[in-house]
Amino acid sequence: MNDAHRPFSEPTPLARFIAGTVVLAYAIIAILPLLWIGLTAFKSQSDAVAYPPKLFFTPTLEGFVDLFTVQTHQTHDFIAKLPPPTTWYEKMARDNDMVIAGPSRVVERFTNSILIGFGSTFFSTFLGTLAAYGFSRFRVPLKDDLLFFILSTRMMPPIAVAVPIYMMYRTIGLYDTRFGIILLYTAVNVSLAVWLLKGFIDEIPREYEEAALIDGYTRLQAFRKVVLPQAVTGIAATAIFCLIFSWNEYAFDLLLSNAEAQTMPPFIPFIIGEGGQNWPAVAAGTTLFLIPIVIFTITLRKHLLRGITFGAVRK
Amino acid sequence: MKKMIAGATALAASAFLAAVATPSMAEAKSLTLCWAAWDPANALVELNKDFTKETGIEMKHEFVPWTSYADHFINLLNSHSSECDLIIGDSQWIGGAAENKWYVKLNDFFDKNHISMDTFLPATVVGYAEWPKNTPNYWGLPAMADAVGWTYRKDWFAKPELRAEFKSKYNRELEPPKTWDELLQVYKFFTGKEIDGKKVYGSYIYTERGSEGITMGVTNAMYNYGFDYMDSKKPYHMEGIVNSAGAAKGLDVYKELFNCCQPKGLTNAYMSEGLDAFKSGEVAMQMNWYAFFPGLAKDPNVGGDKIGFFKNPAGPAGQFTQLGGQGLSVVSASKDIDDALLYVKWFAQPAVQQKWTDLGGASASKAVLESDAYKKSASYAPSFVESMGMVKDFWAEPLYVPLLLDMQNRVHDYVVANKGTSKQALDALVKDWIKVFKQEGKDPS
Amino acid sequence: MLFLENNTSGDLSPEASPARIGLALTDKQMTTAPAHSKKIQIASTLLVGARGLSDKAIAWIFIAPTMVLLLAINIFPLIWAVRLSFTSYMANLPRPLSFVGIDNYVDILTDEDVWDHFQTTAHFVISTIVLQVLIGLGLALLINHKFKGHSFWTTVILLPMMLSPAVVGNFWTLLFQPQIGPFNYFISFFTGLAPSSFTMIGSVDLAPWTIVMVNTWMWTPYVMLICLAGLRSIPDYIYEAAEVDRASSWRQFWSITLPMVMPFLMLAVLFQAIQSFEMFDMVSLLTSGGPGSTTELVSITLKRSAFEKWDTGYASALAVILFVTAFGAANIYVKVLNKVKQS
Repeated sequence: MNDAHRPFSEPTPLARFIAGTVVLAYAIIAILPLLWIGLTAFKSQSDAVAYPPKLFFTPTLEGFVDLFTVQTHQTHDFIAKLPPPTTWYEKMARDNDMVIAGPSRVVERFTNSILIGFGSTFFSTFLGTLAAYGFSRFRVPLKDDLLFFILSTRMMPPIAVAVPIYMMYRTIGLYDTRFGIILLYTAVNVSLAVWLLKGFIDEIPREYEEAALIDGYTRLQAFRKVVLPQAVTGIAATAIFCLIFSWNEYAFDLLLSNAEAQTMPPFIPFIIGEGGQNWPAVAAGTTLFLIPIVIFTITLRKHLLRGITFGAVRK
Repeated sequence: MKKMIAGATALAASAFLAAVATPSMAEAKSLTLCWAAWDPANALVELNKDFTKETGIEMKHEFVPWTSYADHFINLLNSHSSECDLIIGDSQWIGGAAENKWYVKLNDFFDKNHISMDTFLPATVVGYAEWPKNTPNYWGLPAMADAVGWTYRKDWFAKPELRAEFKSKYNRELEPPKTWDELLQVYKFFTGKEIDGKKVYGSYIYTERGSEGITMGVTNAMYNYGFDYMDSKKPYHMEGIVNSAGAAKGLDVYKELFNCCQPKGLTNAYMSEGLDAFKSGEVAMQMNWYAFFPGLAKDPNVGGDKIGFFKNPAGPAGQFTQLGGQGLSVVSASKDIDDALLYVKWFAQPAVQQKWTDLGGASASKAVLESDAYKKSASYAPSFVESMGMVKDFWAEPLYVPLLLDMQNRVHDYVVANKGTSKQALDALVKDWIKVFKQEGKDPS
Repeated sequence: MLFLENNTSGDLSPEASPARIGLALTDKQMTTAPAHSKKIQIASTLLVGARGLSDKAIAWIFIAPTMVLLLAINIFPLIWAVRLSFTSYMANLPRPLSFVGIDNYVDILTDEDVWDHFQTTAHFVISTIVLQVLIGLGLALLINHKFKGHSFWTTVILLPMMLSPAVVGNFWTLLFQPQIGPFNYFISFFTGLAPSSFTMIGSVDLAPWTIVMVNTWMWTPYVMLICLAGLRSIPDYIYEAAEVDRASSWRQFWSITLPMVMPFLMLAVLFQAIQSFEMFDMVSLLTSGGPGSTTELVSITLKRSAFEKWDTGYASALAVILFVTAFGAANIYVKVLNKVKQS
């Protein structure tokens, strides 16, 4: 077994135990807010805002129903005159004096998040890999300056860039289009992607490509067959970071999209119920929205740590 | 022979007509109506089913939560989008809408269709339709009459122990307050008491920072102590008027209410938090828009006999209440202006206005509101009619947003964050507003 | 070769492992490379039809799209913003552009309130970074003990980082509600303070610390990961040598661990500084900049003047000021960072 990462002397079992306990305590405390939100997703609206807050309650799927449908408040007489409810969720709504008027826009928003999130991740990782390879392997004029320029684009507060981009998009008709948002996110992510991937590709010894070139491969083929497979770890790590950004981005999407291209983050906090925020529905939306990214990250979790290592050290 | 030719021609003609006429009639006509997402909007959806039945035009609705209502739709109107054919826009937008031609001017349409503005409450005409104010230029039809009012727990006010205690303390009966001094007394009386096993607070007032909340709350106090926006004889002259001694006193009174009796944690709260606080039995009284009162009256927990309503109490300088409400306008970028106008004509009919109120909206029509039937229809009705007669509105200038945001900033800083004195806050506000009016090209002082 | 040695967490998937390829090629390379290296050099720099596009062409094709995209989306708008900053343009009024010189800049830099907001932002950034570094490094050191289940708990700690800051800001308003939220009750359980006796986001004193707390909760995992990577890159032999010299654990920490983690830590600080400086979503939804303007970060001021007041000229000037500040500070910092790495 490789001993490379055991700190100084072997930590004593006692030290291990204490470390474990402290980390466990922190992890549990850190996760409590998320657990509360998960609980709230299954509460009824009045339970969610109960005074004092309820830890034990009868779970219900009201929050999810509210999330996925648009309902209108009706009088008892009106409801009594309607044909009997055909589905369980209709019945649930009727019990609360509400009638389901149609599906809400949450599915569209979620779809947008998936398209825009994964789309921009793909493009930024793709462009980033190419550019990183270019910077890594070839003599590019003004290489260091260009690389710093790329890094510095990350330093602009998004709100600051949003002002002129808003006007630019309005002028060229990209306002409220999925393509426009994907383009923007790709541009924001590509700088991080280039920078991280260059670190990875720098680590891949050139000898492999040169051997391939000797064997008669073209540069492109060498890139594809030799470098890319070895860069998979780095690409995965980069993809995770790009996805986390695009998935969770709020400011640009709020300002640059409307009905068509809106994603989940600007949608969730504004799910309104009968006069106030519908906390169970908001919690339901939050929980569902968290699932894809957690799955993606856990699947590629091993690569995450390497991503930080190489990106961090090599510049 | 002649008959045959005549017959054939007639047949051909009718076939031709059918072929020409059918496409336009087979086309599914629809109008999109845009508003904020709240209870009355749901009532409107119900009401509009009648319109569809009568005309065959489908009504689509676009409702946006209040927190992003202004941002969303002003954006839309600004970009001349034809997404909305009709919009029920906030009273504040009238100035911008008129000067930037977002809405269709309705004077000719009203004249042609004999829709008279005299059939609506004067305050609503000025507030929801006119720009410039007090001139007969109409940009909307008053659609939703609204003002700030108060609710109180009638059942708590009726408790004998509490009544006795109050009487011994203040030497008068425990009744819905008529002046702000009385309001303060009732507030302080209830705060800290244990009722139904929970610690309660006297009242709930608006404190929201982000959009317009605290301004819509604070003006209810300030108007009645002497605050006004500008010198009525000298337009845009604000010095000494906005920051008069009376205005500062009004602001101080609001702060006193906040300090003593606002439930902890409600430092950034607007309409929905008030409803939650009142419905969960946390507060004895609540400041909120009349639009919510029909729903509250029907509430299983606090409605019916448990709830009472009163209009905004008076102060030494008068009795006013903050105007809410919206007007129905036709978006000039719409592709279906004729159909949209048809809807406006339909909506203005007395029968529709009556049904609108019955379903949960709030018609601004005199015929509906001043009828005896209405005043008896609900416990909030009498105070609502009186309130609509004493309303005052915030600026409706094209640049109303910076004006509003400046006031939000200064007022919240003073009331909630304890920054400076009320006079200092208002002095700074005058400076802010002068700057904004200069940007608008007006001549402020 | 570092790539093969540094098997940091045993997570090199076998397929991607260069070990096999390396071993296979290395022998061949060792016999052929010297003889052919010169030819390879010449061949690769010249345009050779038989081997496809020249390296130079490939370099440009690979790099150009990224540069074009950045120029279009980052630089061009920035230049436009600079231009606008010298005007009194308002994006929602159909008035033509009118130049006002440096009026906007003077306005901003002489406005007491704006300086207050800068101060609030500075307090936020510095406090957040200090806390994140202390907690992040601490956690990394503890996790490095590799107790049972550490991998699982590390993933759990990562979860807050994966949430949308906007959604986080929003649901923490529920959690912080004195009457109906669990936070106050949780604190009261441990300290005995009545839940409704204090409010986190409504109090002038506590609100600035509340936003620091939530931001720390969200991003400490990030700092922790970077520190962890740093800790794992420290080779064992250095510690073994220290052991031989009978250096105490404390001494080892100060003279070995800390200096070697420092470059990683400083990098984490850079990222987090940029991120906190730009922070808008979470704070906007948590406090709207309130109470009053005690938590109004400069980004919130910018959003209000740009997208609510539509004071585009003023907002552009503020945006330029923010960018110059961030860019300047980062520039200086990176130079310092490079010096530290070299030492």
